[in-house]
Amino acid sequence: MSPLMMLISVLAFAIAGYVIARKRAVGMAGGDSRKLASLPGFYGQNAAYAALIPGFAVFLAGSILTRISLKNDMFGLWADLVTRLPNLVPTLAVLAAGAGLAHAIYRTRPEFRARVAAESWVMILLIAAASVAILTTVAIVFSMLFETVNFFGQYTWTEFLFGTTWAPDFRGNSALGILPLLWGTLYISVIALLFAVPVGLFAAIYLSEYAGPKLRAVAKPMIEILAGIPTIVYGLFALITVGPMIRDWLALPMGLGSSGSSVLTAGLVMGVMLIPFVSSLSDDIINAVPQAMRDGSLGLGATKSETIRHVVIPAALPGIVGAVLLATSRAIGETMIVVLGAGAAAARLNQGLGEMVNPFEAMTTVTVKIVSQLTGDTDFAAPETLVAFALGLTLFTMTLGLNVAALIIVRKYREQYE
Amino acid sequence: MNTPRKGSLLVQDARTKRRNAAEARFKAYGLTAIAVGVLALIVLVTSILGNGLSAFRQTEIMLTVELPESKLDKSGTRDLDVMKKVTTLTYGPILAKGLKDVIAANGIEIEGLTAKDVDAMISKEASAQLRDRVLADPSLVGQTVEITVLASGRIDGYYKGRVSLASAELDSNVTPAQLRLADALKDKGILVTKLNPAFITAPDASDQRPEAAGLGVAILGSAYMMIVVLVLALPIGVAASIYLEEFAPKNRWTDLIEVNISNLAAVPSIVFGILGLAIFINFGGLRASAPIVGGLVLTLMTLPTIIISTRAALKSVPPSIRDAALGVGASKMQAVFHHVLPLAAPGILTGAIIGLAQALGETAPLLLIGMVAFVREYPAAYSAADGLFGEPSTALPVQVFNWTQRADPAFFERASGAIIVLLVFLLIMNAVAIILRRRFERRW
Repeated sequence: MSPLMMLISVLAFAIAGYVIARKRAVGMAGGDSRKLASLPGFYGQNAAYAALIPGFAVFLAGSILTRISLKNDMFGLWADLVTRLPNLVPTLAVLAAGAGLAHAIYRTRPEFRARVAAESWVMILLIAAASVAILTTVAIVFSMLFETVNFFGQYTWTEFLFGTTWAPDFRGNSALGILPLLWGTLYISVIALLFAVPVGLFAAIYLSEYAGPKLRAVAKPMIEILAGIPTIVYGLFALITVGPMIRDWLALPMGLGSSGSSVLTAGLVMGVMLIPFVSSLSDDIINAVPQAMRDGSLGLGATKSETIRHVVIPAALPGIVGAVLLATSRAIGETMIVVLGAGAAAARLNQGLGEMVNPFEAMTTVTVKIVSQLTGDTDFAAPETLVAFALGLTLFTMTLGLNVAALIIVRKYREQYE
Repeated sequence: MNTPRKGSLLVQDARTKRRNAAEARFKAYGLTAIAVGVLALIVLVTSILGNGLSAFRQTEIMLTVELPESKLDKSGTRDLDVMKKVTTLTYGPILAKGLKDVIAANGIEIEGLTAKDVDAMISKEASAQLRDRVLADPSLVGQTVEITVLASGRIDGYYKGRVSLASAELDSNVTPAQLRLADALKDKGILVTKLNPAFITAPDASDQRPEAAGLGVAILGSAYMMIVVLVLALPIGVAASIYLEEFAPKNRWTDLIEVNISNLAAVPSIVFGILGLAIFINFGGLRASAPIVGGLVLTLMTLPTIIISTRAALKSVPPSIRDAALGVGASKMQAVFHHVLPLAAPGILTGAIIGLAQALGETAPLLLIGMVAFVREYPAAYSAADGLFGEPSTALPVQVFNWTQRADPAFFERASGAIIVLLVFLLIMNAVAIILRRRFERRW
């Protein structure tokens, strides 16, 4: 039985179940639907769900089990069975659907509370949907963990974590230290934040405390448009406009470099991308500060800016810190801007401080290297490819920490004023 | 003892002046910040428009060519299988001859123009264009036909300001004589720069033929992925939100789900690419570069966005609606599905469209699942071998990335043009979302 046949038969079971159960319920009540515990349609619905849900659940579980057993030599008995009977899983699924259907029809009696039964099937679907989010996280962690373990089987973890050179070579003898990449990531993120946090914060303060309705109506959407622009657009902007501009106007006249892609390019463009992120989060947070606190300060004779600096900002500080943490997490994980704007050469940490901190040098980041190690022809046995998974896991851990910290801070802050 | 302070309400003393100056400065900082943001947006948009608008126009040459039977169909049978064996290499010289005839017929003489220069005026893609036309209508063989062919990328660049007589001196791909010939042809109306619908519909072209590169495959691939995202993310997201907002008990488990969803919304997109590569391709055995894989990855990425906005929409429906439904005997499930959900629908749809727009512009995860591949065949929605949405394809934002990695600067123009197309799609989606919200959203 092919999967397509299975799909058709399970659907047919469901439709048949609906019709039969409905008829049976009405028939047993002698044609008087007032004698039924639920509306006739619920008896039908219950039978249809009883066929559909077990059918598809068995098919899904069986397919996943098969994949695992064939891929990893686990559950040998099941692998044997499936290779001998290739249609086992669809057949089992149809059997499950049939069994569910038979049971539901058997239970159909006038006093059977079909609405409750049908709704518990729907509840199962809802819970399954909600668990997709959990499953995604589990899948993310596992997909990276397995390959990372493989990677550390071939490359010592101390050299990965503390190595100061990044020089992958697919012929072997690679140096895969993460420190140069981390340095690039942090440096670019810091520049981006140095640009985005003051601009975003001041924009938010002005919009929420000073701006009249007219300016607000124009400026707020314009800044928010920046948030809706895909990062590839920022990347292209960095590549063809900002990069050459910084090179020709700043780097070459000062004799500090001749590269079109640089830390400063990527940092500034990423900063622009982060402005709306910082400003809209801070805007919400500043608006949540109770008006009574402002009124109290203004009543004592403070000017508006004094009120903002000494009352509003300190009160909103935890929330703002949360916003900055979220922005940092964004900056660390940003990919396309750095791929197109920052260059592919890893920072050389042993060449002295001057080269390390020159913002006009090209520098690469963790995300860029994940892309470059995993695109094109890849060999999933080589450490040069597998290192991408270890980099991914590092990135995930870093952003997870920042996100959770930000969430906790913002949550605490909200409770404070509610 | 302090001396009494001088001044009055009408005359500012030094301290008040200082404080007022600080106030003015503070306000100026705020205005500057807004100006910086708005300026950044303006510079960004003008830079993209300035670089990309010319991609929608293309330089073409109108030729009259003879299609000699002796070369194109030696058998004389007009049998397609035989004619297909004649490659584009045979068609190239036919076009070159056509151009030479046109030059001679119009009495154009250019100093230092070689036969090779004349050949190179025409795009390498043109011979394939002519071949396709002949194969589509074999009766053309032996006749003289009019055909409009693409001019080569450098000639096209000359009319878009990318190439000049001075830069041609240094460029090995174009000579000043060719440019003078182009000008002469333009005077006679043989060479024209006109609107280029092929940019939207044609597939990608190889490195040497930027003039022929189009977005057809990328747009189709993106459309397939959006269908997958819409079909999967919307129902799953709405179901998950209904559970979390309306039914879930407040306990550690649901708290974990909450934190988890907020975290997923902020996980770097590239991590989803790694997930797609490891789970859907390496483990699940799906084909790399397939829109179905891209769609699945983008679904997982969009889910948190949809869940967060759906929950906000559900939350904004007042409890009195639920209470009224429960009061007349509806079950909790009926109250939600018959009353709360329809009222929250505009908000949910708005959120879904915004999530979809985000997914449409996402690039990084698609790079990892192989959508950077060079694909010239339009992918079919279903094929027996690859299943639903299983044929290799590329996507709009990835095509942009792809073009930025090519050597010829003409591809930068194409990339910017592709961005314009992408932004137009995003603009339409966001406009629809805003209209939906304005039109249907109810304030309680």
